[in-house]
Amino acid sequence: MPEAPAEVQVYGIRHHGPGSARAVRAALAEFGPDAVLIEGPPEADPIVELAADPGMVPPVALLAYSPDDGAGRRAAFWPFAEFSPEWQAIRHGLAAGIPVRFCDLPAAHQFVPVEGEEEEPEAQQDIRLDPLGTLAEAAGYDDAERWWDDVVEHRDGGPSPFPAIAEAMAELRERLPLESLPAGYRRREEQREAHMRRTLRRTLKEGHRRVAVVCGAWHVPAVQAKVPAAQDDRLLRGLPKAKVALTWVPWTHGRLAGRSGYGAGVRSPGWYHHLFTAPDRPIERWLTAAARALREEDLHVSSAHVIEAVRLAETLAALRGRPLAGLDEVTEATRAVLCEGADLPVRLIDRNLVVGERLGAVPDATPMVPLQRDLQAEQRRLRLKPSALGKEQELDLRRPTDLDRSRLLHRLRLLGVDWGVPGDGGRAKGTFKETWTLVWRPEFDVELIEAGAWGTTVHGAATARAESLAAEAAALPDLTAVAERCLLADLGGALPAVMDALADRAAVDTDVAHLMAALPALVRALRYGDVRGTPTGPLRAVVDGLAVRVCVGLPPAAANLDDDAARRFLEHVDDVHGALSLLGDDEHTERWRRALAALLDRPGLHGLLEGRLARLLLDAGRLPDVADRMARAVSVGAAPGRAAAWVEGFLSGGGLVLVHDDALLRLIDGWIAGLPAGSFTDVLPLLRRTFGGYAAAERRAIGERVRHLDAPSPARAGEGDDDTDPGRAAPAAATALRILGWEVPA
Amino acid sequence: MTDASVLRPHAEQQYADELALLAEHDDRPRPPGWRLSPWAVTTYLLGGELPGGQVVSPKYIGPRRLMEVAVATLATDRALLLLGVPGTAKTWVSEHLAAAVGGDSTLLVQGTAGTSEEAVRYGWNYARLLAEGPSEQALVESPLMRAMRRGTVARIEELTRMPSDVQDTLITILSEKTLPVPELNTEVQARKGFTVIATANDRDRGVNELSSALRRRFNTVVLPLPDSVDDEVDIVARRVGQLGKALELPEAPAGLAEIRRVVTVFRELRGGMSEDGRTKLKSPSGTLSTAEAISVITSGLALAAHFGDGVLRAADVAGGIVGAVVQDPVSDRVVWQEYLETVVRERPEWRDFYRACREVS
Repeated sequence: MPEAPAEVQVYGIRHHGPGSARAVRAALAEFGPDAVLIEGPPEADPIVELAADPGMVPPVALLAYSPDDGAGRRAAFWPFAEFSPEWQAIRHGLAAGIPVRFCDLPAAHQFVPVEGEEEEPEAQQDIRLDPLGTLAEAAGYDDAERWWDDVVEHRDGGPSPFPAIAEAMAELRERLPLESLPAGYRRREEQREAHMRRTLRRTLKEGHRRVAVVCGAWHVPAVQAKVPAAQDDRLLRGLPKAKVALTWVPWTHGRLAGRSGYGAGVRSPGWYHHLFTAPDRPIERWLTAAARALREEDLHVSSAHVIEAVRLAETLAALRGRPLAGLDEVTEATRAVLCEGADLPVRLIDRNLVVGERLGAVPDATPMVPLQRDLQAEQRRLRLKPSALGKEQELDLRRPTDLDRSRLLHRLRLLGVDWGVPGDGGRAKGTFKETWTLVWRPEFDVELIEAGAWGTTVHGAATARAESLAAEAAALPDLTAVAERCLLADLGGALPAVMDALADRAAVDTDVAHLMAALPALVRALRYGDVRGTPTGPLRAVVDGLAVRVCVGLPPAAANLDDDAARRFLEHVDDVHGALSLLGDDEHTERWRRALAALLDRPGLHGLLEGRLARLLLDAGRLPDVADRMARAVSVGAAPGRAAAWVEGFLSGGGLVLVHDDALLRLIDGWIAGLPAGSFTDVLPLLRRTFGGYAAAERRAIGERVRHLDAPSPARAGEGDDDTDPGRAAPAAATALRILGWEVPA
Repeated sequence: MTDASVLRPHAEQQYADELALLAEHDDRPRPPGWRLSPWAVTTYLLGGELPGGQVVSPKYIGPRRLMEVAVATLATDRALLLLGVPGTAKTWVSEHLAAAVGGDSTLLVQGTAGTSEEAVRYGWNYARLLAEGPSEQALVESPLMRAMRRGTVARIEELTRMPSDVQDTLITILSEKTLPVPELNTEVQARKGFTVIATANDRDRGVNELSSALRRRFNTVVLPLPDSVDDEVDIVARRVGQLGKALELPEAPAGLAEIRRVVTVFRELRGGMSEDGRTKLKSPSGTLSTAEAISVITSGLALAAHFGDGVLRAADVAGGIVGAVVQDPVSDRVVWQEYLETVVRERPEWRDFYRACREVS
């Protein structure tokens, strides 16, 4: 029985064009092919069946990546939305139970760049990426989408547009001066088209009689061309290859707007999705949705508004001679009627509807690198769903689930996957609360795949990464930051390695400033460890070592500093002081105070530091002769600049201290009052300089306190004959002192 | 029957020939009550060439889409609200729209704080009312009522300056297209083609904010300030030419260079930044709209023609510019002096302008 001749239909499409998608769907239903070929990497053939899985929700993308690490790591995407013609073709083929294959040049070859491929002139790039745009321009349209909408999308039924598109493309390819394209690019194009023809030939040889090919309109004439098989084979022989793995990843509408493996993106994916999915009356449905979006923002929009907007959109379309209102008309109507001329709500509609952010999903059976799989399991366990829209999440670290969530997010950050970004202020509110902003971006999948080199679980990979970071860290503060992150991420496994590196580095680092910068982060980490229940033994050892080193190295480091250096050093001193108070270790505190006292008496100390140290020791009750020191510091013999610095250092910490610390205020008041008239004039500008830095409200408060300083304050009125029972007050006083970190009276 | 001595002819008189030409070539369907089809109205506003080769001059220079939305709004028998800062051609557009759509731009209600309900609905001829009692003859129609009867376009200027209660009398007219006259127990029902074009100034919005009930009966088109210097220069030059003709000023070649300079000064002060984007400037309290630029140039032309050598020079426009910029004698003067010393002085080709400005300010 003679077989009927094989029939091949080539559908030239615009990637992500809803009109194309509709047309392809209709054409496939009519043609009834027994095999479908689609422009895309053939390595994806084994996983194409996943597209039929109910768990696969577009937008999704085929991701090709090189599985081994190294310098030549590359990744490429072929995104599909619901309204992509390719997606419709895949779905049709899978539903009909016929083979669906990808016919483009394998990604393995595409990953190896052809010489000269990078440099291509802009103009030609345009004509290649957007051939339909070039045609639209020829037809007098400034916007290709609009032309396409008018010509394809808004036609009801009628004959298939594909023969006409093929003809137009043949014409366009003939007109385009191909020689002007760079040689490397041209060779790659030839290879791609040769591979498409070869796949088609092979499919026919396998006995398929009705084959449909879905590819970019530009390639249609090439696929239809009669080229001897030997010529194509010659072209494709011996192409260099890279190792490639493929998988499906979720995609977003926002990313569709950008350029991708397929060329030009789309600017209004939300609108296209709407056009493709709305069963009927797209304009009415769109404007109703817009009205709803506005109402959600508490903008009053009634049904009457919608009715008028629809009328305006339709009239505008008629005025502009378009068959149906397009996005432009609908947007004008939205602006003039729904938004009453205001721009802000229009932008809201643009963001929420026209782009219409949504994140696709892939089924569980999708091939994943083990790391991705582990993350998915963790996400499920901790009930943290990835979403493309930013979300604030507050975590209470006293709850186990939240603690695990926080650890997961911290580990991911170590791996370079910034799914969650910690908000600031969490530290200020207390150590058990964290605020995160969670946004899942599709490129995280790529980063996860890259991070797959570090390990197979999030925990393991993060540990390995932290160890490597510690080994690479250049300076001590970098190392302590890594240590802190390890503790936050609960990577106990990495801690010994990090601590060893830290201890080694601290031992050889001669710059005390480095040590001082490192200490606060470590002390904070110790405190976090308490909240998080992390074992902090090795960390404690490092902190102890550091604290000793700092105290020892302090005096030489503080000598001979200029103004800037002194200011920087002062910050370090304050930080270390705060850190040691936080640590609450008596031995360290005592050593620190002794070091400070020794430093204070060294000649040649910078005024700023001396003032500050005097104050720190005064607060600690270690400076009996403060009044004398003060007088000495600002006496005639001292240079004015040094005296000013001394006062500044002594009073640093803001005006509030003076408002609340009565003793200090009295001290200063007494000192100023006791100054001889001549000295007072000299000191006045210095004081003014310090007090001028305070806020006006603080200055006023200080002034008021000073006025009532002499009048016995009510609280102190009965000091002489008070009826306080010292025995009963003692426990409370002891507790208060303990909280303040002062010594408990025996 | 245009009287040649009229200071400013109405749009439908001044452009009678263009309107007639458009009507002649207009073979598209016209909405009921319209003199022209919506396409022809758009062409009239934006200019274009007719099949016969005649050229229609552009009346509005700016985004095409705005005019399309405005015309489409009128075609759907909705009321049109033109919003914008002073001097963005709101009134100008409304006049030309009314002229092109209904052939009559004179059915006008000017909104002021003292606009009464009678001006919007109807009043009475009190002599007749007293003599004969309420009757059709004693009724004095408002422009709005006349437009309803005729089925044509009524215009309301400065809608937001009217008291709120007067504004709200429009609600029934706009939604039910009827104006009841309870005294006579009758009503006036609008005929097809009736619609309202209102203008409002959104800089001093909140004078009498429109109620949301009224607001939703309007489609709103916001007219922007011109996008580019070239657009603005084009607008100014065109209008100055027309005004000069109407005022019968002696021919003075309105130097484009001088116009460009005025427009540049206005744009720089308005935008708060010098044209090259290098110097930040303070903005004066006035709006410095295109309309003010037009009046500065026109008065400069008059000065040049009558007192100068007939050529528009920096000295002729300097006084006008200072007057337009310095509205507040204290703060605006500082702004102007700063601008003069930091921007104008640095431009060598502006030396004459700098000297002229120093003399007057």
